[in-house]
Amino acid sequence: MALIHLSSPHVSKANATDRVMRLVLLATLPALLALTFFFGWGSLIQLCLAATSALLFEAVCLRLRKRPILFFLRDGSALVTAILLALAIPPFAPWWVVVIGSFTAIVIAKHLYGGLGNNPFNPAMVAYALLLISFPVEMTQWNAPFVLIGDSWKALASFPESLMIIFSGVNHHLIDAYTGATPLEVLKHRGGMTTEEVWRNVPVLSDGVFAWYGISAAWLMGGVFLIYRKVITWHAPFAMISILFLLSSLFYAGDPSNFADPFVHIGVGATMMCAFFIATDPVSCATSNRGKIVFGIGVGALIYIIRTWGSFPDAAAFAILLMNLAAPFIDHYTQPRSYGHRRANRGIGGGR
Amino acid sequence: MTRLYSFHGGVHPPENKRQSLGAPIRQAPLPARLILPLQQHIGKPATPLVAVGDTVLKGQKIAEPSGHVSAAIHAPSSGSITYIGLQPVPHASGLESPCIVIETDGQEQWIERQPLTDYQQLDKQALIRHIRNAGIAGLGGAGFPTDIKLNLGRDHIVNTLIINAAECEPYITADDALMRERPDEILSGIEIIAHLLQPSHILIGIEDNKPNAIKALRDAIRARKLPIDLVVVPTRYPSGGEKQLIQLLTGIEVASGSIPADVGIVCQNVGTAAAIYRAVILGEPLISRIVTLTGFALGHRQNYEVLIGTPFSVLLESAEVDRSRMFRLVMGGPMMGISIEDDRIPVIKTTNCIIAATREEMPPSPPAQPCIRCGMCEQVCPASLLPQQLFWFAKGREFDKARHHNLFDCIECGACAYVCPSNIPLVQHYRFAKSEIRNEEAEQLKAAQARERFEARQARLAREEQEKEQRRKERAEAAAREQARKKAEAEQADAGEQDPEAELKKLKTAASIARTKLKKARDALKNAQEKGLDGTDKLEATVLQLEQSAQAAEQAWQNATGVQH
Repeated sequence: MALIHLSSPHVSKANATDRVMRLVLLATLPALLALTFFFGWGSLIQLCLAATSALLFEAVCLRLRKRPILFFLRDGSALVTAILLALAIPPFAPWWVVVIGSFTAIVIAKHLYGGLGNNPFNPAMVAYALLLISFPVEMTQWNAPFVLIGDSWKALASFPESLMIIFSGVNHHLIDAYTGATPLEVLKHRGGMTTEEVWRNVPVLSDGVFAWYGISAAWLMGGVFLIYRKVITWHAPFAMISILFLLSSLFYAGDPSNFADPFVHIGVGATMMCAFFIATDPVSCATSNRGKIVFGIGVGALIYIIRTWGSFPDAAAFAILLMNLAAPFIDHYTQPRSYGHRRANRGIGGGR
Repeated sequence: MTRLYSFHGGVHPPENKRQSLGAPIRQAPLPARLILPLQQHIGKPATPLVAVGDTVLKGQKIAEPSGHVSAAIHAPSSGSITYIGLQPVPHASGLESPCIVIETDGQEQWIERQPLTDYQQLDKQALIRHIRNAGIAGLGGAGFPTDIKLNLGRDHIVNTLIINAAECEPYITADDALMRERPDEILSGIEIIAHLLQPSHILIGIEDNKPNAIKALRDAIRARKLPIDLVVVPTRYPSGGEKQLIQLLTGIEVASGSIPADVGIVCQNVGTAAAIYRAVILGEPLISRIVTLTGFALGHRQNYEVLIGTPFSVLLESAEVDRSRMFRLVMGGPMMGISIEDDRIPVIKTTNCIIAATREEMPPSPPAQPCIRCGMCEQVCPASLLPQQLFWFAKGREFDKARHHNLFDCIECGACAYVCPSNIPLVQHYRFAKSEIRNEEAEQLKAAQARERFEARQARLAREEQEKEQRRKERAEAAAREQARKKAEAEQADAGEQDPEAELKKLKTAASIARTKLKKARDALKNAQEKGLDGTDKLEATVLQLEQSAQAAEQAWQNATGVQH
């Protein structure tokens, strides 16, 4: 038998990209369960829609780009993008919202840039930002969690009803009955009320905020699992959450009637999902451990700034996209100190 | 107890060491032919001292070092030289290189051995010369000639001597077997090294997956009451890398681009220490070493005492290889070893392990997926590099950036490629980038030299041209001066005395010219008159005028002639 001639190393760890992606999928499970528990079947339907359309778009793109279809479909990256997108949009958004979203994510944000590994922006966040700007009404109509409309989970739309809302979108009675503003929106468009008054008077905060806290806790669980399984490192999430907590504490301490308290910033909205699942996307974020910290700080600060003084209630997508732009620059200035060097190199290099 | 430090990153691949430790070291068969490459390490190849047809004895020096970084080669057995020339050798690219081939006679007849049992009384330089003459090179990995490292005491202060017994690569157990069976040889070797370097600390670094070797060494150290610290380090590849072991044991980093001796440390492998003992105390040059034969394509997986120059095929047969199952043949460990296509190549001084792997054991890696910069490589890199970034730079041929990210501090340990979930052959990319940069530098140097030469030539040509121009000018000036002088002389002569002969000639010519002109004019006039043309009167006047001038010229000539005669 002819012996094969290969470069070292001759062994490798059974460690594959699809395994990494599978772990990420597994880590989104708590959030999916929490969303379904509090908001009904919507998220699950969105998830199926997003996954199907994303895989389809991925296959078409691979075919057009003359790449092996099965080989790349198996890596699971399209699925991860689809699921993050599906879990980020309102559970009862019309079906075409999520389909346009996966088209944007897979075709425009990923394959037009050269496919997996080459996209400068997080595909799910590109899609989310595009949807938010293009369809602000659909994208901000979250239905109320069951704790606000009834005693039990049964108060939510049943599965056929959910399907009807998403696919036909004509049942205004159902939609009007169930949709409402999210806590962040309420805090943003508060009229002349102080933070305290908002908390007291608006049921989504006074009674319903625990639904959002529960969902954030579920994302946190998934994130901790990923850190434990060494899929992601603690750097970016830790930096992002700390800076967000720090900034919101500072402002809240200075003027509690005008600014939301730090626990709202951490526990409501997309903070936890962004910290553990978006700010840790290896492709589009900074890569070295120090870089991840800088990246996380940037995202956390931008989220606070845009939430507080911008015109959108939540800011994760914009913060991530802005920091994606800065990631290559951060990478050049956050090299670790290599063995045997007194200090780390800085800058781009070249032109010695 | 010495404090233990740690190094960044590292991996823990399956050890696969058990299978070759079941039996003691076994003597490998004497092959019919021994192939001895003249170069078995970095530096210069040795120069042969023998010719084809010579008979040699076991231990006879057959090639001597040429230059500083070079090692002598000895006949591993007695026999005759049958060939000196190119042969396939262990090389990452499967190249051939000059070798001496010995046909063994089976007598194993030793040359007279020259032990130096009283080495402590000897001059250190003489002892180092003896070790150099024994052809000892580092048996751990790179095969660096040992005498150079032992000579470091002259211009460096060596505080710490580290004996590398980590043997961190999977599969390899050659050092482990040596430590279990011959701890005293190792300790005697260490004593000789310590005598030469006079370190204040001696540390042996050994991974905790070798309990038997640890026990053997510890007992031997205790029995001899030697001031040696045996430091057990956790099993984590690449703890046996020189720089990593130094960091583990001392917490010191060797600065990029410098050698351990610059921070007062010298590292030697346990195998090298035993070889030094044999060279000094027994007078035996380096002609054999311990090689681990392992891999699931072999029937007997164990350590062999092998003569340098023994072809792999002889060893594989002796270990009952199943060639139908052998898929990949590796010299060295699975992390840094080189794959071998031709099993006729010989064992050299740095061959610590031969792995005859089956397909299941070392399958071809699946096709590479795109890099998603997951950073797992960064977490395991023992040099604290950013392998993911280096990969992009190597792939994009952005070599300046690769250098800026300290590409040349990569030790090619393979930890990054081992953990890469996308199965990217990262080390191969780095080797490519390094060789491209080296080539580029060589090209640049060549270009710079060529430019210098060209500029020097241009300057020389310009200078010569200028000198020529100068000479030409000088000559022209001289010529002009000469001409002026001559002219002046001629004028002086003219003024003094007219040449009568020339004057006469002139007058004669003038007269004849006048005559010719007159004749032509007359002809023209005649012609005109015959044809009855206008303007004959003008012609007539001309003829008349010419007649007068011709007469005058004639007259002048006549007069002159008359005067002369």
